[in-house]
Amino acid sequence: MTIIENNKDHANQILHRIYHRTSHAWRIGITGPPGAGKSTLVERLAIDFVKHNKTVGIVCIDPTSPFSGGAILGDRVRMSSLFLDPKIFIRSMATRGSLGGVARATNEVCDLLDAFHKDIIIIETIGVGQVELDVAGIANTTIVVLVPEAGDSIQTMKAGLMEIGDIFVVNKSDREGADRLTMEIESVLEMKNSQRTPPVLKTVATEGKGITDLYNCIMEHQKYLVSSGDFTKQKREKITSEIVELIDSKIKSNLWQNKKINSNLTLLVEKVIKGQQTPYHASEKLIKIWKNSRGVSR
Amino acid sequence: MNKKLRILVAKPGLDGHDRGAKVVARALRDAGFEVIYTGLHQTPEMIVTAAIQEDVDAIGLSILSGAHMTLFPNVLKLLKKQKATDILLFGGGIIPDEDKKVLYKSGIGKLFGPGTPTSEIVEYLKKYFKTE
Repeated sequence: MTIIENNKDHANQILHRIYHRTSHAWRIGITGPPGAGKSTLVERLAIDFVKHNKTVGIVCIDPTSPFSGGAILGDRVRMSSLFLDPKIFIRSMATRGSLGGVARATNEVCDLLDAFHKDIIIIETIGVGQVELDVAGIANTTIVVLVPEAGDSIQTMKAGLMEIGDIFVVNKSDREGADRLTMEIESVLEMKNSQRTPPVLKTVATEGKGITDLYNCIMEHQKYLVSSGDFTKQKREKITSEIVELIDSKIKSNLWQNKKINSNLTLLVEKVIKGQQTPYHASEKLIKIWKNSRGVSR
Repeated sequence: MNKKLRILVAKPGLDGHDRGAKVVARALRDAGFEVIYTGLHQTPEMIVTAAIQEDVDAIGLSILSGAHMTLFPNVLKLLKKQKATDILLFGGGIIPDEDKKVLYKSGIGKLFGPGTPTSEIVEYLKKYFKTE
Protein backbone atom coordinates (compact mmCIF):
# COMPACT_ATOMS: atom_id res chain seq x y z
CA MET A 1 0.00 0.00 0.00
CA THR A 2 2.89 2.30 0.78
CA ILE A 3 4.31 1.69 -2.70
CA ILE A 4 0.94 2.38 -4.24
CA GLU A 5 0.66 5.64 -2.32
CA ASN A 6 4.17 6.80 -3.11
CA ASN A 7 5.13 5.60 -6.56
CA LYS A 8 2.77 5.68 -9.47
CA ASP A 9 4.84 3.65 -11.93
CA HIS A 10 5.39 0.72 -9.58
CA ALA A 11 1.81 0.99 -8.42
CA ASN A 12 0.45 0.48 -11.91
CA GLN A 13 2.52 -2.67 -12.36
CA ILE A 14 1.24 -4.14 -9.11
CA LEU A 15 -2.35 -3.15 -9.82
CA HIS A 16 -2.19 -4.62 -13.29
CA ARG A 17 -1.14 -7.95 -11.78
CA ILE A 18 -3.86 -8.12 -9.13
CA TYR A 19 -6.67 -6.73 -11.25
CA HIS A 20 -8.26 -10.09 -12.01
CA ARG A 21 -8.76 -10.63 -8.29
CA THR A 22 -10.52 -7.38 -7.56
CA SER A 23 -14.23 -7.54 -8.18
CA HIS A 24 -15.27 -9.42 -5.11
CA ALA A 25 -15.67 -6.81 -2.35
CA TRP A 26 -18.62 -4.49 -1.80
CA ARG A 27 -17.39 -0.95 -1.33
CA ILE A 28 -19.18 1.38 1.04
CA GLY A 29 -18.36 5.08 1.14
CA ILE A 30 -19.14 7.09 4.24
CA THR A 31 -19.06 10.84 3.91
CA GLY A 32 -20.36 13.90 5.72
CA PRO A 33 -19.25 17.07 7.48
CA PRO A 34 -16.50 17.06 10.15
CA GLY A 35 -17.64 15.75 13.51
CA ALA A 36 -20.78 14.07 12.13
CA GLY A 37 -19.71 10.76 13.67
CA LYS A 38 -18.38 9.02 10.58
CA SER A 39 -15.55 7.17 12.35
CA THR A 40 -17.79 5.94 15.16
CA LEU A 41 -20.35 4.80 12.62
CA VAL A 42 -17.63 2.96 10.68
CA GLU A 43 -16.54 1.19 13.88
CA ARG A 44 -20.10 0.05 14.64
CA LEU A 45 -20.76 -1.05 11.09
CA ALA A 46 -17.52 -3.03 10.95
CA ILE A 47 -18.49 -4.89 14.12
CA ASP A 48 -21.83 -5.75 12.55
CA PHE A 49 -20.24 -7.04 9.35
CA VAL A 50 -17.81 -9.22 11.30
CA LYS A 51 -20.78 -10.60 13.25
CA HIS A 52 -22.24 -11.62 9.90
CA ASN A 53 -19.01 -13.45 9.17
CA LYS A 54 -17.59 -10.94 6.73
CA THR A 55 -14.03 -9.69 6.54
CA VAL A 56 -13.67 -5.92 6.50
CA GLY A 57 -11.13 -3.47 5.11
CA ILE A 58 -11.31 0.11 6.26
CA VAL A 59 -9.66 3.06 4.53
CA CYS A 60 -9.92 6.28 6.49
CA ILE A 61 -8.83 9.55 5.03
CA ASP A 62 -7.79 12.75 6.78
CA PRO A 63 -6.54 15.98 5.26
CA THR A 64 -2.93 16.87 4.53
CA SER A 65 -1.89 20.34 5.57
CA PRO A 66 -1.42 22.54 2.51
CA PHE A 67 1.15 24.50 4.55
CA SER A 68 3.48 21.86 5.99
CA GLY A 69 2.57 18.78 3.94
CA GLY A 70 2.03 16.93 7.22
CA ALA A 71 -1.13 15.31 8.47
CA ILE A 72 -2.74 14.00 11.63
CA LEU A 73 -4.53 10.77 10.85
CA GLY A 74 -6.84 10.41 13.82
CA ASP A 75 -9.72 8.22 12.71
CA ARG A 76 -8.23 5.22 14.48
CA VAL A 77 -8.91 6.87 17.83
CA ARG A 78 -12.60 5.99 17.45
CA MET A 79 -11.91 2.49 16.17
CA SER A 80 -9.65 1.00 18.83
CA SER A 81 -12.08 -1.83 19.52
CA LEU A 82 -11.32 -3.13 16.01
CA PHE A 83 -7.51 -3.15 16.19
CA LEU A 84 -6.99 -6.74 17.20
CA ASP A 85 -9.66 -8.38 15.09
CA PRO A 86 -7.85 -10.42 12.46
CA LYS A 87 -10.83 -10.04 10.13
CA ILE A 88 -10.38 -6.27 10.03
CA PHE A 89 -7.61 -4.30 8.35
CA ILE A 90 -7.47 -0.54 8.85
CA ARG A 91 -5.36 1.83 6.79
CA SER A 92 -5.20 5.60 7.26
CA MET A 93 -4.42 7.84 4.31
CA ALA A 94 -3.66 11.53 3.97
CA THR A 95 -5.16 13.48 1.07
CA ARG A 96 -1.72 14.76 -0.09
CA GLY A 97 -3.23 17.57 -2.10
CA SER A 98 -6.30 15.83 -3.52
CA LEU A 99 -9.38 18.00 -3.20
CA GLY A 100 -12.22 15.52 -3.68
CA GLY A 101 -12.46 14.31 -0.08
CA VAL A 102 -10.37 11.18 -0.62
CA ALA A 103 -6.68 10.51 -1.31
CA ARG A 104 -5.46 10.08 -4.88
CA ALA A 105 -4.71 6.40 -4.42
CA THR A 106 -7.85 5.54 -2.43
CA ASN A 107 -9.38 3.47 -5.19
CA GLU A 108 -6.12 1.58 -5.70
CA VAL A 109 -5.75 0.81 -1.98
CA CYS A 110 -9.33 -0.51 -2.06
CA ASP A 111 -8.34 -2.73 -5.01
CA LEU A 112 -5.53 -4.17 -2.90
CA LEU A 113 -7.85 -4.89 0.03
CA ASP A 114 -10.22 -6.46 -2.46
CA ALA A 115 -7.45 -8.66 -3.86
CA PHE A 116 -6.66 -9.74 -0.29
CA HIS A 117 -10.22 -11.04 -0.07
CA LYS A 118 -11.91 -8.52 2.12
CA ASP A 119 -15.67 -8.94 1.65
CA ILE A 120 -16.53 -5.41 2.64
CA ILE A 121 -14.47 -2.27 2.18
CA ILE A 122 -15.49 0.84 4.05
CA ILE A 123 -14.08 4.16 2.86
CA GLU A 124 -14.34 7.04 5.26
CA THR A 125 -13.77 10.44 3.66
CA ILE A 126 -12.37 13.56 5.30
CA GLY A 127 -14.99 15.82 6.83
CA VAL A 128 -16.54 17.28 3.68
CA GLY A 129 -18.32 20.47 2.74
CA GLN A 130 -20.60 20.55 -0.25
CA VAL A 131 -18.50 19.55 -3.22
CA GLU A 132 -15.99 16.88 -2.13
CA LEU A 133 -17.83 14.05 -3.83
CA ASP A 134 -15.13 11.77 -5.25
CA VAL A 135 -16.07 8.90 -2.93
CA ALA A 136 -19.24 8.31 -4.93
CA GLY A 137 -17.10 7.28 -7.89
CA ILE A 138 -15.29 4.68 -5.79
CA ALA A 139 -18.04 3.21 -3.63
CA ASN A 140 -20.89 0.91 -4.63
CA THR A 141 -23.02 2.27 -1.81
CA THR A 142 -22.52 5.86 -0.67
CA ILE A 143 -23.77 6.85 2.76
CA VAL A 144 -24.12 10.53 3.64
CA VAL A 145 -23.99 11.22 7.37
CA LEU A 146 -25.52 14.44 8.70
CA VAL A 147 -26.25 15.75 12.19
CA PRO A 148 -29.28 17.69 13.48
CA GLU A 149 -27.26 20.92 13.47
CA ALA A 150 -26.70 20.60 9.71
CA GLY A 151 -28.86 23.57 8.83
CA ASP A 152 -32.28 24.44 7.51
CA SER A 153 -34.26 23.24 4.53
CA ILE A 154 -32.33 25.39 2.08
CA GLN A 155 -29.14 23.49 2.89
CA THR A 156 -30.82 20.20 2.03
CA MET A 157 -31.92 21.58 -1.32
CA LYS A 158 -28.46 22.57 -2.44
CA ALA A 159 -26.52 20.66 -5.03
CA GLY A 160 -23.61 18.39 -4.26
CA LEU A 161 -23.56 16.25 -1.16
CA MET A 162 -27.33 15.73 -1.18
CA GLU A 163 -27.14 14.20 -4.64
CA ILE A 164 -24.65 11.41 -4.05
CA GLY A 165 -26.22 9.54 -1.14
CA ASP A 166 -27.68 6.08 -1.68
CA ILE A 167 -28.51 6.08 2.01
CA PHE A 168 -28.80 9.10 4.32
CA VAL A 169 -28.06 8.91 8.02
CA VAL A 170 -29.04 11.48 10.62
CA ASN A 171 -26.55 10.65 13.34
CA LYS A 172 -26.66 11.98 16.92
CA SER A 173 -30.41 11.72 16.46
CA ASP A 174 -31.01 11.96 20.20
CA ARG A 175 -30.41 15.67 19.77
CA GLU A 176 -33.01 18.30 19.10
CA GLY A 177 -33.93 18.83 15.47
CA ALA A 178 -33.29 15.27 14.28
CA ASP A 179 -36.93 14.65 13.28
CA ARG A 180 -37.14 17.95 11.46
CA LEU A 181 -33.93 17.28 9.52
CA THR A 182 -35.05 13.75 8.65
CA MET A 183 -38.31 15.08 7.23
CA GLU A 184 -36.55 17.78 5.27
CA ILE A 185 -34.14 15.31 3.70
CA GLU A 186 -37.00 12.99 2.87
CA SER A 187 -39.01 15.71 1.19
CA VAL A 188 -36.03 16.73 -0.94
CA LEU A 189 -35.34 13.14 -1.94
CA GLU A 190 -38.97 12.61 -2.96
CA MET A 191 -38.59 15.34 -5.56
CA LYS A 192 -35.80 13.36 -7.16
CA ASN A 193 -36.82 11.71 -10.37
CA SER A 194 -35.55 8.18 -9.97
CA GLN A 195 -36.80 4.67 -9.45
CA ARG A 196 -35.36 4.36 -5.99
CA THR A 197 -35.75 6.91 -3.22
CA PRO A 198 -32.79 6.75 -0.84
CA PRO A 199 -33.83 5.87 2.70
CA VAL A 200 -33.18 8.26 5.58
CA LEU A 201 -32.17 6.63 8.86
CA LYS A 202 -31.72 7.90 12.37
CA THR A 203 -28.77 6.62 14.37
CA VAL A 204 -26.92 7.27 17.61
CA ALA A 205 -23.58 5.73 16.69
CA THR A 206 -22.01 6.05 20.15
CA GLU A 207 -24.79 3.88 21.59
CA GLY A 208 -25.08 1.59 18.58
CA LYS A 209 -28.67 2.67 17.92
CA GLY A 210 -29.93 2.24 14.36
CA ILE A 211 -26.87 0.33 13.16
CA THR A 212 -28.82 -2.84 12.38
CA ASP A 213 -31.22 -0.77 10.24
CA LEU A 214 -28.26 0.76 8.44
CA TYR A 215 -26.78 -2.69 7.83
CA ASN A 216 -30.09 -3.88 6.37
CA CYS A 217 -30.35 -0.80 4.15
CA ILE A 218 -26.87 -1.45 2.75
CA MET A 219 -27.85 -5.03 1.95
CA GLU A 220 -31.07 -3.86 0.29
CA HIS A 221 -29.18 -1.31 -1.77
CA GLN A 222 -26.76 -4.00 -2.90
CA LYS A 223 -29.66 -6.22 -3.98
CA TYR A 224 -31.33 -3.32 -5.75
CA LEU A 225 -28.18 -2.36 -7.67
CA VAL A 226 -27.61 -5.89 -8.86
CA SER A 227 -31.21 -6.64 -9.83
CA SER A 228 -31.90 -3.29 -11.52
CA GLY A 229 -28.79 -3.53 -13.68
CA ASP A 230 -27.43 -0.31 -12.19
CA PHE A 231 -24.50 -2.30 -10.89
CA THR A 232 -23.30 -3.06 -14.39
CA LYS A 233 -23.84 0.57 -15.32
CA GLN A 234 -21.81 1.68 -12.28
CA LYS A 235 -19.04 -0.70 -13.25
CA ARG A 236 -18.96 0.49 -16.84
CA GLU A 237 -18.70 4.12 -15.76
CA LYS A 238 -15.99 3.31 -13.28
CA ILE A 239 -13.84 1.39 -15.73
CA THR A 240 -14.24 4.15 -18.32
CA SER A 241 -13.11 6.83 -15.91
CA GLU A 242 -10.25 4.63 -14.72
CA ILE A 243 -8.92 4.27 -18.24
CA VAL A 244 -9.39 7.96 -18.98
CA GLU A 245 -7.55 8.90 -15.81
CA LEU A 246 -4.66 6.56 -16.57
CA ILE A 247 -4.28 8.05 -20.03
CA ASP A 248 -4.54 11.59 -18.65
CA SER A 249 -1.74 11.04 -16.20
CA LYS A 250 0.43 9.22 -18.76
CA ILE A 251 0.04 12.05 -21.25
CA LYS A 252 0.72 14.63 -18.59
CA SER A 253 3.92 13.03 -17.34
CA ASN A 254 5.05 12.33 -20.89
CA LEU A 255 4.46 15.97 -21.77
CA TRP A 256 6.30 17.47 -18.83
CA GLN A 257 9.21 15.08 -19.04
CA ASN A 258 9.87 16.32 -22.55
CA LYS A 259 12.99 18.51 -22.43
CA LYS A 260 12.02 20.47 -25.52
CA ILE A 261 8.73 21.45 -23.93
CA ASN A 262 10.36 22.60 -20.72
CA SER A 263 13.06 24.68 -22.40
CA ASN A 264 10.52 26.26 -24.72
CA LEU A 265 8.23 26.95 -21.78
CA THR A 266 10.93 29.00 -20.10
CA LEU A 267 11.53 30.94 -23.34
CA LEU A 268 7.85 31.59 -23.94
CA VAL A 269 7.28 32.79 -20.36
CA GLU A 270 9.93 35.47 -20.95
CA LYS A 271 8.23 36.43 -24.21
CA VAL A 272 4.88 36.81 -22.42
CA ILE A 273 6.52 39.01 -19.79
CA LYS A 274 7.99 41.22 -22.53
CA GLY A 275 4.58 41.51 -24.12
CA GLN A 276 5.60 39.67 -27.32
CA GLN A 277 3.35 36.71 -26.67
CA THR A 278 0.15 35.76 -24.82
CA PRO A 279 -0.26 32.69 -22.59
CA TYR A 280 -2.93 31.43 -25.00
CA HIS A 281 -0.74 31.50 -28.03
CA ALA A 282 2.20 30.15 -26.05
CA SER A 283 0.23 27.10 -24.96
CA GLU A 284 -0.84 26.38 -28.54
CA LYS A 285 2.77 26.61 -29.64
CA LEU A 286 3.93 24.20 -26.93
CA ILE A 287 1.33 21.64 -27.90
CA LYS A 288 2.47 21.90 -31.50
CA ILE A 289 6.08 21.36 -30.45
CA TRP A 290 5.04 18.34 -28.42
CA LYS A 291 3.09 16.81 -31.28
CA ASN A 292 5.98 17.30 -33.70
CA SER A 293 8.51 15.85 -31.30
CA ARG A 294 6.39 12.71 -31.03
CA GLY A 295 5.79 12.45 -34.72
CA VAL A 296 2.08 12.92 -34.14
CA SER A 297 0.43 15.09 -36.72
CA ARG A 298 -3.08 15.81 -37.69
CA MET B 1 8.48 9.34 -5.82
CA ASN B 2 7.14 11.36 -2.93
CA LYS B 3 7.84 9.31 0.12
CA LYS B 4 6.34 10.71 3.31
CA LEU B 5 7.54 9.61 6.70
CA ARG B 6 4.73 8.03 8.67
CA ILE B 7 4.90 8.05 12.48
CA LEU B 8 2.55 6.31 14.89
CA VAL B 9 2.03 8.23 18.11
CA ALA B 10 0.44 6.15 20.85
CA LYS B 11 -0.17 6.14 24.55
CA PRO B 12 0.10 2.66 26.00
CA GLY B 13 -1.05 1.62 29.41
CA LEU B 14 -3.27 3.22 31.95
CA ASP B 15 -2.26 6.84 32.34
CA GLY B 16 -4.62 9.31 30.77
CA HIS B 17 -2.39 12.31 30.27
CA ASP B 18 -2.31 12.71 26.52
CA ARG B 19 -1.42 16.39 26.28
CA GLY B 20 2.24 15.59 25.65
CA ALA B 21 1.45 13.04 22.94
CA LYS B 22 -0.89 15.51 21.24
CA VAL B 23 1.69 18.30 21.32
CA VAL B 24 4.28 15.98 19.76
CA ALA B 25 1.77 14.76 17.14
CA ARG B 26 0.99 18.33 16.22
CA ALA B 27 4.67 19.29 16.01
CA LEU B 28 5.39 16.33 13.73
CA ARG B 29 2.45 17.30 11.52
CA ASP B 30 3.84 20.82 11.22
CA ALA B 31 7.19 19.33 10.25
CA GLY B 32 5.56 17.54 7.32
CA PHE B 33 5.17 14.04 8.76
CA GLU B 34 2.05 11.93 8.46
CA VAL B 35 1.09 11.18 12.03
CA ILE B 36 -1.20 8.31 12.88
CA TYR B 37 -2.65 9.08 16.27
CA THR B 38 -4.32 6.18 18.04
CA GLY B 39 -5.35 7.69 21.35
CA LEU B 40 -5.31 6.46 24.92
CA HIS B 41 -5.05 3.10 26.67
CA GLN B 42 -3.41 1.11 23.92
CA THR B 43 -1.98 -2.34 24.58
CA PRO B 44 1.38 -3.27 23.01
CA GLU B 45 -0.52 -5.68 20.74
CA MET B 46 -2.78 -2.89 19.48
CA ILE B 47 0.17 -0.61 18.86
CA VAL B 48 2.17 -3.14 16.88
CA THR B 49 -0.85 -4.25 14.82
CA ALA B 50 -1.64 -0.64 13.95
CA ALA B 51 2.01 0.07 13.10
CA ILE B 52 2.13 -2.83 10.66
CA GLN B 53 -1.22 -2.10 9.00
CA GLU B 54 -0.21 1.54 8.59
CA ASP B 55 3.35 0.62 7.49
CA VAL B 56 4.85 3.35 9.66
CA ASP B 57 8.52 4.28 9.76
CA ALA B 58 8.56 4.90 13.51
CA ILE B 59 6.51 4.47 16.66
CA GLY B 60 6.58 7.13 19.36
CA LEU B 61 5.28 6.09 22.75
CA SER B 62 4.34 8.51 25.48
CA ILE B 63 4.49 6.96 28.94
CA LEU B 64 4.02 8.97 32.11
CA SER B 65 2.81 6.19 34.34
CA GLY B 66 6.14 4.70 35.34
CA ALA B 67 5.47 1.49 33.42
CA HIS B 68 8.12 2.21 30.80
CA MET B 69 10.31 -0.73 31.83
CA THR B 70 7.44 -3.06 30.95
CA LEU B 71 5.78 -1.33 28.00
CA PHE B 72 8.82 -0.44 25.87
CA PRO B 73 10.30 -3.97 26.03
CA ASN B 74 6.90 -5.52 25.33
CA VAL B 75 6.36 -3.44 22.21
CA LEU B 76 9.91 -4.20 21.07
CA LYS B 77 9.38 -7.92 21.64
CA LEU B 78 6.22 -7.90 19.54
CA LEU B 79 7.97 -5.98 16.76
CA LYS B 80 10.66 -8.65 16.72
CA LYS B 81 8.04 -11.38 16.67
CA GLN B 82 6.40 -9.76 13.65
CA LYS B 83 9.78 -9.25 11.98
CA ALA B 84 9.14 -5.53 11.97
CA THR B 85 12.31 -4.30 13.61
CA ASP B 86 12.87 -1.90 10.73
CA ILE B 87 10.38 0.30 12.57
CA LEU B 88 12.12 2.73 14.91
CA LEU B 89 10.73 2.70 18.45
CA PHE B 90 11.28 5.92 20.37
CA GLY B 91 9.40 7.75 23.08
CA GLY B 92 9.02 10.24 25.82
CA GLY B 93 7.87 10.59 29.37
CA ILE B 94 9.23 10.63 32.85
CA ILE B 95 12.02 8.09 32.60
CA PRO B 96 14.99 8.08 35.02
CA ASP B 97 18.47 8.07 33.50
CA GLU B 98 19.38 4.60 34.80
CA ASP B 99 16.25 3.19 33.12
CA LYS B 100 17.08 5.02 29.91
CA LYS B 101 20.46 3.30 29.82
CA VAL B 102 18.86 -0.11 30.06
CA LEU B 103 16.29 0.69 27.38
CA TYR B 104 18.88 2.18 24.99
CA LYS B 105 20.93 -0.98 25.36
CA SER B 106 17.97 -3.11 24.35
CA GLY B 107 17.72 -1.24 21.06
CA ILE B 108 15.16 1.46 21.75
CA GLY B 109 15.61 4.81 20.05
CA LYS B 110 15.88 8.14 21.75
CA LEU B 111 13.75 8.89 24.84
CA PHE B 112 12.80 12.49 25.47
CA GLY B 113 12.13 13.93 28.90
CA PRO B 114 9.93 16.78 30.12
CA GLY B 115 10.84 20.21 28.80
CA THR B 116 12.28 18.93 25.51
CA PRO B 117 11.60 21.43 22.71
CA THR B 118 9.52 19.69 20.04
CA SER B 119 12.05 20.83 17.44
CA GLU B 120 14.57 18.47 19.03
CA ILE B 121 12.28 15.50 18.33
CA VAL B 122 11.71 16.62 14.76
CA GLU B 123 15.46 17.03 14.20
CA TYR B 124 16.14 13.60 15.68
CA LEU B 125 13.68 11.89 13.34
CA LYS B 126 14.81 13.77 10.26
CA LYS B 127 18.42 12.91 10.98
CA TYR B 128 17.66 9.29 11.77
CA PHE B 129 15.84 8.69 8.51
CA LYS B 130 18.36 10.54 6.43
CA THR B 131 21.39 8.66 7.72
CA GLU B 132 19.67 5.31 7.84
